[in-house]
Formats: sequence, C-alpha cells, structure tokens
Amino acid sequence: MRLINVRPDRGTALFLAVLPFALVVLAYILGSAQRLAENPDDKLLPSLPSLGNAIVKMAFTADARTGDYLLWTDTLASMERLLSALAIATIIALVIGVLVGMLPLVRALLAPFVAMVSMVPPLALLPILFIVMGLGEESKIALITIGITPYLVRDLAMRVEELPREQMIKAQTLGASTWQMMVRVVLPQILPRLMDGLRLSLGPAFLFLIAAEAIASDSGLGYRIFLVRRYLAMDVILPYVAWITLIAVAMDFGLARARRALFPWFGGAK
Amino acid sequence: MTAISVRHLWKEYGEQIVLEDISLEFAPRSFIALVGPSGCGKTTFLRILLSEETATRGEVLIEGQPIAREPGADRGVVFQRYSVFPHLTVLGNVLLSAEMAEAPLTGRLFGARRRQAQDEARALIEEVGLKGAEDKYPAALSGGMQQRLALAQAIMRKPKILLLDEPFGALDPGIRADIHQLMLKLWNTCEMTVVMVTHDLKEAFTLATRIIAFERRRNRPEEKARYGATIAKDIEVWPKRIAGQLKLKSTAPGRDDPAIPSGTGRDDPALKTA
Repeated sequence: MRLINVRPDRGTALFLAVLPFALVVLAYILGSAQRLAENPDDKLLPSLPSLGNAIVKMAFTADARTGDYLLWTDTLASMERLLSALAIATIIALVIGVLVGMLPLVRALLAPFVAMVSMVPPLALLPILFIVMGLGEESKIALITIGITPYLVRDLAMRVEELPREQMIKAQTLGASTWQMMVRVVLPQILPRLMDGLRLSLGPAFLFLIAAEAIASDSGLGYRIFLVRRYLAMDVILPYVAWITLIAVAMDFGLARARRALFPWFGGAK
Repeated sequence: MTAISVRHLWKEYGEQIVLEDISLEFAPRSFIALVGPSGCGKTTFLRILLSEETATRGEVLIEGQPIAREPGADRGVVFQRYSVFPHLTVLGNVLLSAEMAEAPLTGRLFGARRRQAQDEARALIEEVGLKGAEDKYPAALSGGMQQRLALAQAIMRKPKILLLDEPFGALDPGIRADIHQLMLKLWNTCEMTVVMVTHDLKEAFTLATRIIAFERRRNRPEEKARYGATIAKDIEVWPKRIAGQLKLKSTAPGRDDPAIPSGTGRDDPALKTA
C-alpha cells in the first residue's frame, strides 16, 4: 500500500496528534530534571512543581503590593487592547475592502495606496505612535490596528472581487442598485470570509500586542513577561506563554465555530 | 412593434472581429434560440443584449428604445452557473427581486408586504416544482433544481425579456427534458420574449419558435481575425408555437413516443426530502 493511501483511524489519529505535545513535555521534564540535578538553583528549566507554584502565585494569590490577581488583571488589560484593535480593524477593513472590491473607481483610488501602506513595517511606526499618541492605551491599540488592517483590507477586497461576476449581473437584472447589492449580495457573502481573515490575523495581532506591551506599559501579558525576565523567572514566563497561546487558540476555535453556526450555507457554497 | 431589433451590429475586441454586421428583428413573445459552434459569438451577442458588453458599431433597440447602458430589471437572465445566490435560501432567492424593487434602502421587506411577497414567491416556487425546498440553500439542491430556482428568481421580477445563457447545458438528459417542459410552460404563461443561447440543436427545436444559427464563414487562419460571425441560418420552427396558446404535452406518451415513466421526475424535490 502506498503511503498516500494510508489513513489513520480515530484512535491512531488522536494518538498521533497528542504525540508531539507529549514529546515536548517529556523532553522538558527530562532536561529540567537533569539541570536541577547538577544545580538545584537552576532557573532556566524549573521543575513542574515550581511551575505549579508560580501559577498559583500569579493566578490565585492576591499580589502583596496591589491586592490584584496578576494573571487576570494582565489578561484583562491585554484583551481590552487586542479586542478594541480587532474591532476597529474589522470595521475599517469591511468598509474599505468592500468598496475597493466592488467599485472600480474606489479601487483605482485606494488599491495602490493600501498596497503601499501594507508594506510599512508597523513596528517601525511604534516610536512615532508613542511620540504622537503618548504611552497610553491609544498607541498600543493603534499599533495592532495598523499592523493587521492593511492585510484585512486587501484580503476582503480580493474576496469581493472573487465573487462570480454572474452574481452582480444577476442582481442588476433583479433591479438592484449598487447600495442594495452591497447590503444584500456582497456583505452577507463576505462576512464568513472576514471571519477567516480575522482568524489568520490573530497571530500578527498578538505579536504587535506583546511588542507594544514589552516596550512601554504598566500592565498586560507582554508587560509581565518582559518584567520578570529581569529575574530570570522562567517559572512565570513559561506559564504566561502557554496562557497566551491558549487564548489565541480559543479565539481561533471560537471564530471557526461561530462562522459555521452563523453561516450554514458557506461550507457548501465555497 | 418588435421586442428586440438589432441593426448592423458589429463587435470587435481590438483587431479581432467577433460579430459582423448582424441585423435581426425579434417579435414580441417569440422564443429565440441562438445556436452555433463554440467561439462563434453567440454568447457575446447575448451579453450585448444584457448590456454586459456594448456593441462596437450598430444599435440595439428594446421595444423601439435604445438599449440601456447597464443591466436592468427589464431583462432577466439565467446563466449556466452562479445564477442563484448561495447565501440565500430558495425562498430568499425568489423573494430578493421583490425586495430590491420595493426597499431601496434596506433591501428587505417587513410585515404585511413581506408576507404578501412571500406568498407570491411560494406560488412561483411551487410552479417551478420546488415546493418543499423553500428553506434549503442552493448548495443542497441538485443542478436541475438550482436552474429551476434561477428561473423562478428571474421571473419573479416579470422581465419583458428573458435571456438564457446555456441554462440547461450542464444537466443530464432526463432532468433536461423535465426542465424543458417547465421552460415551455413559463414562456407560455409569462408575458416575455425569450432569447436562449444553446449548443444543443435538439433543445433549440424543442423550445424555440425561431432558431438563429451563427457561423464564421471564413475560418482560415489568416482570415480568422478579420471576419466575424454572421447569421448562417434563420429558421422559423414549424409547426408554429404561439405563446399563450401552447398545449403542453400531457404526461401520456403519444403514439409515436417512447414510453415515459410516470411518477415523480428524477429532479423532483420530493425525492430529496424522502
């Protein structure tokens, strides 16, 4: 039998999926045990119990100085920034993307501009943002927004252009105006594609979030990681990284499920 | 009075001449089939009637008026593919034209007017044989059912002219025969002129009142670009079919026909729900 025809059954598939995770954890445990055997004060690969202690300290113990549960206040601060930026980016992308995709006039006006702007490295703009908007929330939200909006706009514009031409002609023969085509034909068909675009933007969005928080902030997940780095506190950094990853995965999964629930026609119509 | 008159129409793409000096008059309520080999410009001709393309020279008159510069509600269309909206249910697709006509701002109808339009749409859906499939999305329909839906959607707006671009080309023969009967019925009852592009001669003779064959008379490589297609044949179908007076074939086979299986057609939605 050729390799290309060998399909795993459910049990095997599950085993195979878990395997890489298990291997990484195992490698960590072995490496940690070895380093700690050589030097009990080693901070690079803390043991599982000390990771557990750090999680309890960050998540379930009030901070001695502020009385906050740090993991949760950090998460809240970061999510506020991330979600505001995602919301702003979505709205801008919807408006510009649909207009560029639908109207040749707007395409001629904006497509080259958006293509150019999308090539500006957002992190290079961060100093400008800090200078202009200060070190508060606005500059961080602005960085994430600037980082993901051009991609979303171009993605959406392309998705709109991909809609079969026949549909636009058909809509016109049903008497639709440009506006009606926008709200009844293009927008509803573009929303599930927007959700896919958002899913792909989550990675960059988190990148810009952590970057902004690392450089100038007094709260947030990225801030905490870069703060405790000074003390080589791997026992805090590692759980934080895992937690950020988990949040991103959950958002991705949630968006995928929501798309399926909200747009049942989409799977069959692609 | 003619429904469509085409006078000395030329269509060129750069150096390439596609249609050459086409002049035609279509009587109101006629059913025109445009036939011809691939690449002979019959679809281009249909697109000009749809205002998707414009003629390079010559003029097209719809009921005596120059044709509009963009597609509009006076000319309905059914394409071979992508004719229905995948994000709307069967009912939503048929309802759409009523909503476009009456709700310029929201594109949606509400309350009593919506119920009234829905009743209209449901009647039409039943007429095209899609009863029971009102709440399905097009992706869940077979090719034949999608084309039935596309017909209902186009007819809901009561166009004066219905343009068909190889609408039944992708369907298998049994389903095609069923939908031909439907097409004849719709043409017979609705006040409209039909222009259909097809490459199936049998289909053309089954449905049309008049058949126009396009052909490139000069097809040698060095002549190809400079000579477009002209009308090779213009055939009135005999015996004459007259819209509104058509007696549709009963389900019982005629003396000379092969036996027709009774019961639900292969394309019947009843089979889908079972």
